[in-house]
Amino acid sequence: MNRSVERHRNIVDFAISSLFRRKGKNISLLLVYTLIVFVIASIIFFIQALKREAGLVLKDAPDIVVQRLIAGRHDLIPVNYAGKIASIRGVSGVRPRLWGYYYDAAVGANYTLMATDDQPPAEESIFIGSGVARSRRLAEGDMMTFRASSGAPVLLTVDKILSSESELVAADLVIMTEKDFRTMFEFPGERATDLALTITNPREITTIAAKIVQQLPDTRPILKSEILRTYDSVFDWRGGMLIVMLSAAVLSFIIFAWDKATGLSAEERKEIGILKSIGWETADVLLLKFWEGTVISLSAFITGVILAYVHVFFFSASLFEQALKGWAVLYPQFKLIPLVDPYQLAVLFFLTVVPYTVATIIPSWRAATVDPDAAMRS
Amino acid sequence: MISDVRKSTVFSFFILSGLMLSAVLMLHARQSRINSEATLAANAKMVKDLRLTDLCLFTEARYTRHPSMADLHSPFQDHPLALDHFPSGSLVSPPRFHHGAP
Repeated sequence: MNRSVERHRNIVDFAISSLFRRKGKNISLLLVYTLIVFVIASIIFFIQALKREAGLVLKDAPDIVVQRLIAGRHDLIPVNYAGKIASIRGVSGVRPRLWGYYYDAAVGANYTLMATDDQPPAEESIFIGSGVARSRRLAEGDMMTFRASSGAPVLLTVDKILSSESELVAADLVIMTEKDFRTMFEFPGERATDLALTITNPREITTIAAKIVQQLPDTRPILKSEILRTYDSVFDWRGGMLIVMLSAAVLSFIIFAWDKATGLSAEERKEIGILKSIGWETADVLLLKFWEGTVISLSAFITGVILAYVHVFFFSASLFEQALKGWAVLYPQFKLIPLVDPYQLAVLFFLTVVPYTVATIIPSWRAATVDPDAAMRS
Repeated sequence: MISDVRKSTVFSFFILSGLMLSAVLMLHARQSRINSEATLAANAKMVKDLRLTDLCLFTEARYTRHPSMADLHSPFQDHPLALDHFPSGSLVSPPRFHHGAP
């Protein structure tokens, strides 16, 4: 046992010395490798944590949201639809939602304006998300100016700024009373933006949605499961920019693994020839190359994963911020709750460490099986 | 004296420290999840009270602010072959609805 360990240690000593002989090449290789693992691991950590948080936060979203469609576009829904829907068996509550968007020309940001009847602010007062407070540099007690649909300015007092920990759901919210909302947008009294439904038995949601479409053909019910599924497919690795980022990272990895696999330098061939001529077996040479590959890939994997964790969970994935921000002026500043999925890490390990290590062994095996004399002369 | 230390020992030390640091980060993740339960519950309550449907991730366009509430073809609203012109549209996949009206 000790002899076997000592043999491996000797070979590792030799492998590291051998790597240091080609210091420039191997350090740049290690940096590129670490960078690729870092990018892929950052994406994995970010997506997993965001999906988990979305699932937990949105678990109490309305069971069904009913929108009205006119000519294929979302339209305001008559409030009397609530009575028709409430009469469907299994529907335990129907509440109209009043919400919309407001473009703030002063800072170029979009806000979500919402009226609430559940602990609403006082009249002519608002609660604002901390993203809004940040972009307008507002404090509690300040006045915020809006432009009503008529063009007249509307002054509302900031009663409360929602906690910064709620930015993931409320960064751009401006909450006001129903009266202020209707006055500001000249919103018809008998209409709402959509209806939020509570269903007694969650297993009946699909049936109730079908009944709603049957009774009110101009409506579109959106189920809670669909809301949750939306966030499951947001940042889906198969779609959008993520596939571009991932494929760029994976392609660059394939290129350098391929470069390594397609051949050894003349110097490396000569080294293998010398080792064989002084009595090294082919198995010893392969073991040496295995350890060379392992030293590089394991170091890069561990460093890349640790850096990715720090990047995503300590620095809020700041390198991705520009891509996520797009053209938005108001961007929520949130810290994701760390989540490390061992399965995803194992997949990353087998996709990066194993192919690279194998890729270093194959050309060495080809070089180690030729005559030492020929190898040294080549 | 440092040059007397075997390279394999230095490598083992490096890998072991990396693994130990990873274990510490795992503990940090676990602890952060426990610590953030109150925040998560408060956010879930806000979602319930205000009857919210979406996360505030992208505020630049209405269909990226509320992807679950958007029409299926919102990104192509200008004309059927128009590509989405908001950068976050390339990050958000269209919702997968399986029933009823669009």
